[in-house]
Amino acid sequence: MSSRQSSFYAQLKKYYGFYTGGFLVFILLVGGLEWLGVQPRILGYIFLFATILLYAGIGFMSKTAEVSEYYVAGRRVPAIFNGMATGADWMSAASFIGMAGTLYHAGFDGLAFVMGWTGGYCLVALFLAPYLRKFGQFTIPDFLGARYGGNLPRFVGIIVTITCSFTYVVAQIYGVGIITSRLTGLEFGIGVFVGLAGILVCSFLGGMRAVTWTQVAQYIILIVAYMIPVVWLSIKHTGTPVPQIFAYTSALPRVTALEKEFNDKTTPKGAAEDSVRRILSERVAATDAKLKRLATGGERYLAEEKRKMVAEAEALKVVDMPDVRAIVTAERAIRRFPADPDAAREAWAKERAGAAAQAEPVKPHAEPFAGKDEAERARKRKNFLALVLCLMVGTAALPHILMRYYTTPSVRAARISVGWSLFFIFLLYFTAPALAILVKAEVYGNVVGSSFAQLPSWVSSWAAVDKALMSITDINKDGIVQLAEISIDGDLIVLITPEIAGLPYVISGLVAAGGLAAALSTADGLLLTIANALSHDLYYKMIDPKAPTTRRIAVSKGLLLAAALIAAYVTLLKPGNILFLVGAAFSLAASGFFPALVLGVFWKRANKLGAILGMATGLFVCGYYMIRTYPFFGVNDTLWYDIDPISAGVFGIPAGFIGVIVGSLISPPPPQDMQELVDHVRYPKLASDIEAFGRR
Amino acid sequence: MPLTEKHRAYWRRTLRVTSILLAIWFVATFVVAFFARELNQLDFIGPLGFYMGAQGSLIIYVLIIVYYAHHQNKLDDELGAQEARE
Repeated sequence: MSSRQSSFYAQLKKYYGFYTGGFLVFILLVGGLEWLGVQPRILGYIFLFATILLYAGIGFMSKTAEVSEYYVAGRRVPAIFNGMATGADWMSAASFIGMAGTLYHAGFDGLAFVMGWTGGYCLVALFLAPYLRKFGQFTIPDFLGARYGGNLPRFVGIIVTITCSFTYVVAQIYGVGIITSRLTGLEFGIGVFVGLAGILVCSFLGGMRAVTWTQVAQYIILIVAYMIPVVWLSIKHTGTPVPQIFAYTSALPRVTALEKEFNDKTTPKGAAEDSVRRILSERVAATDAKLKRLATGGERYLAEEKRKMVAEAEALKVVDMPDVRAIVTAERAIRRFPADPDAAREAWAKERAGAAAQAEPVKPHAEPFAGKDEAERARKRKNFLALVLCLMVGTAALPHILMRYYTTPSVRAARISVGWSLFFIFLLYFTAPALAILVKAEVYGNVVGSSFAQLPSWVSSWAAVDKALMSITDINKDGIVQLAEISIDGDLIVLITPEIAGLPYVISGLVAAGGLAAALSTADGLLLTIANALSHDLYYKMIDPKAPTTRRIAVSKGLLLAAALIAAYVTLLKPGNILFLVGAAFSLAASGFFPALVLGVFWKRANKLGAILGMATGLFVCGYYMIRTYPFFGVNDTLWYDIDPISAGVFGIPAGFIGVIVGSLISPPPPQDMQELVDHVRYPKLASDIEAFGRR
Repeated sequence: MPLTEKHRAYWRRTLRVTSILLAIWFVATFVVAFFARELNQLDFIGPLGFYMGAQGSLIIYVLIIVYYAHHQNKLDDELGAQEARE
């Protein structure tokens, strides 16, 4: 390590040490304010603005106009810090907020995300990171352009980069909007723009350099915010501060025993669950009947139903002692009554699905691929494996992650840095499954069986916020809570943990700030990737190679702003299906990029035609399958081998490999200088070469 | 840059370690997940199949990457690579 680099490293350690200490003091101070009686809403604002100001401050201090600083943070980010930055870049709102909720609802089957989003780093380490660092340019299309020659491979690379990064960034900005609005009570739209301001101040001024140092800061916040409540909850439920072991040995057996009890009609709890399920099944049948009559009656049936409801509400009013609550409920139902047959079909189908899911017996948490029969189990297992594959290969092909390995000082540091990246990601991902089990232990053990008159305070307060997030109703009117009477949105699991653990509001604020850090850091990295692909690859390399440095950076900044605004606009349209958007980004990246990138290093014979054909076929097959099968697009073709649309990459990845191989074999081998580039990327310069050929 | 025997040895050893680690990765991911129901019959910090998906395989992934970095950096030293060291 050169002395300059090592003093830089020592300085960084000192700065971030102080920073972490300062952040903990800040939490204590806000806790002090709460103790003095400051309102939670004000505390929420303090967290929101303090953290955004902090990110903006780091962004401002790292402002730069130098090309290598702007694009690759000067290539001097030490391995461990690049690891933290990659961790924050990687873990999005979906990981921080959504993961534990998915695991809570899906049990074992949700582990596909845990495995897929970590195991992909093995592919990054073995196939890409060190080689890209040796290549040492600025972007992923750069590598494609240099390795395969000409502008066409670069251009296809730009298209793939933008397609997958844009789909992904929309999901992030959506997350930013949700968290800001929950933290402060601002409207969703305003939340989006407040968050966007935070994203822009940082990446706009200092490019990759500012993004890197902000992401390190964001990682520290998000990991502290995730760990504190889980550890506390673990102490409450298992008596130890190590949820990652004791959730499995102490809480999981209790959950499993309760699951059996709930499903066994001969026990008192099982009988109560059964009575609720039967009512729910009746509701499903009633909704089915309504849907059937809607299909034949259409508009006329709908109008008639509405008339009936109005008449019933009127009847409530004309009695001697009108029941005000019943009237309000009836009038609200009339207001919410679907306006046309399409809306009715959608609303009722959703109602039916919700009731049908709750009427099902409890699914054992730890059982893999639970199903009615062997065929269903086999289908679930196949889809689990397919999803894991797509997420892993997608990880190793998402440009905003691969780009981070250009910023380390050397190939050696790049290799070590992938290890640190996965370690920092692992800290959160191996905690999420434990968290899901602990929350389940609380809900199954303490909420179920309590009386409706004395619900735990977190239950009643969240049920009051939004019915869609959490609802709890006494369906069988026995005054006792049954599991089938509770519905919790997955996104709530992480947010309610501090309250379940009995921690003060300041920790809830911290968790929201952590979620915001996760969403902002990922959005930062993605927007920068999009802007760089356009400014560096499209503008500088393809349109105006003589452009001076200042203009290149100015163009990049302008594009960053434009990309951010377009993404925010698309987010405001609420395209829905956020999880599908994220999954789609992975499958698209995996099919489009992975074959051409890996074969570019490992197969010298791969050439220009192969790369173009491979990227295009991969992207096409993957996109085609999604459009044909994903319900959103309305085609609903039959599935190939029962593979869900989210795992379209299972067909796209092999198609991409075949494309590269066939395209390369039907055209002449790549020219000498490309083959030499492959050698340059593969082999380090050895001492013996320098003796034999001189230092070049 | 003309290739010497040392370069070829370097690449051979890189490919060997890459394929061995890739095989371990494959087993830790797909074989383990495929037999998750069977593994759940065994008990290791909870049912083994569940434990592997939630934690065991993840630890193996970290070890794969750490071993690879260590192995390759040592290989660089052994063959006298003149790359930046930090």
